Amino acid sequence: MTKIDTTRPETVLPTPSHTVGPFYGHALPFPGGEDIAPLGHPDTVTVHGHVYDGEGRPVPDALLELWGPDPEGNVPTADGSMRRDPASGGFLGRNGVEFTGFGRIRTDANGHWYARTLRPGARGGNAPYLSVCVFARGLLVHLFTRIHLPGDEAALAADPLLSRLDAGRRDTLVAGEEGAGTYRFDIRLQGEGETVFLEFQ
Amino acid sequence: MTDALTQADIDREIAAEHAAYGKRVADGAPVEHHPRRDYPPYRPSVLRHPKRPPIAIDVTQDPELVELSSPAFGERDITEIDNDLTRQHAGEPIGERITVSGRLLDRDGRPVRGQLVEIWQANSAGRYAHQREQHDAPLDPNFTGVGRTLSDDDGFYRFTTVQPGPYPWRQHLNAWRPAHIHFSVFGSAFAQRLVTQMYFPGDPLFPYDPIIQSVTDDAARQRLVATYDHDLSVPEFSMGYHWDIVLDGPRATWMEEGR
Repeated sequence: MTKIDTTRPETVLPTPSHTVGPFYGHALPFPGGEDIAPLGHPDTVTVHGHVYDGEGRPVPDALLELWGPDPEGNVPTADGSMRRDPASGGFLGRNGVEFTGFGRIRTDANGHWYARTLRPGARGGNAPYLSVCVFARGLLVHLFTRIHLPGDEAALAADPLLSRLDAGRRDTLVAGEEGAGTYRFDIRLQGEGETVFLEFQ
Repeated sequence: MTDALTQADIDREIAAEHAAYGKRVADGAPVEHHPRRDYPPYRPSVLRHPKRPPIAIDVTQDPELVELSSPAFGERDITEIDNDLTRQHAGEPIGERITVSGRLLDRDGRPVRGQLVEIWQANSAGRYAHQREQHDAPLDPNFTGVGRTLSDDDGFYRFTTVQPGPYPWRQHLNAWRPAHIHFSVFGSAFAQRLVTQMYFPGDPLFPYDPIIQSVTDDAARQRLVATYDHDLSVPEFSMGYHWDIVLDGPRATWMEEGR
């Protein structure tokens, strides 16, 4: 029975998760999903990497969602990530000015993804980070992880999550610097170098 | 994943997983509302699930966590007919028209307002409008099978579409997916994010499908199945199905007011 009686709290139980499957490509991605930063913004960073499976093979059908604060650490409140065109029924893209903080990116045939967004600012006692949600065929429940950018070693050392992890595992949450505002962040779903995934309680 | 893999092999694996879950609960383990990421009867999960347990983050320790807020979606992100999948082309799609509606709720049963609900599905012949789909059922030039809407002030969403067909998917010999509609939903916290599938009542394929059976708890699995609702059926137009969605998430999100 899937009419929930909200007057009986014991019946209000979570709807189970399912895999995104292989055929979301014509539905969920939208043009400009990876170009989150307003055009020409000086705090723009490029983050990119591969998604790998348990045999180290690239995953060509993963979907990543990125969500992060602006450079001052404020949570964006602007909508308009996937503006629609009522005339054509297509997409207009972002408006080039506002920062929604949200991006959605498909890996390509090589299992590679990229996003251009704004360097996140710190919130609370945490080192700055971008939140990442990973979906894929074969993944029955999505996975959360975080992208930290290198540079401020003191902030990274003081981060409540990173400081709980041993060095090898911690490094899976810190992107590699490639120069010119470009950072490499690979996601390993399983096995050697497995990325740290998070559960919010 | 060889040709030798049969439905009988998968049936045995499904039964074993179901029995193992029953034993865990009998031994005092908690009810599992979600699938385990490691569920071998669904072969693609084998190399795509983490082996290490997730690191727990107690969100009550830090209200500033990025994951406790969520991206915003608004009227700009939706057109007026985005929730009517039968009106996106010049002609009418082939198939049985249906209305699918329900409420988006949090764990406290409160409406989740103004959040994005996206759906996608196969056409009435069981074929996706996706380039890589190999099933040789006909495409429908009048049906793409993609819709989106925002939940209203009471948490309600509503879609008009056609009944999707079941389809074969080649994991094992004679593997068929029960008819379903994919849903992607946002809550007021990113940590409440949900992607799932809605099924139709009484589908004879349920016992054979390792994807729906990955939800090993019988009651939880039932929550993926919509209810036929005659009051939602539109006279001379469509059959009505009601499906409420309850977003999971950390305890702290239960106390947040839905946007």
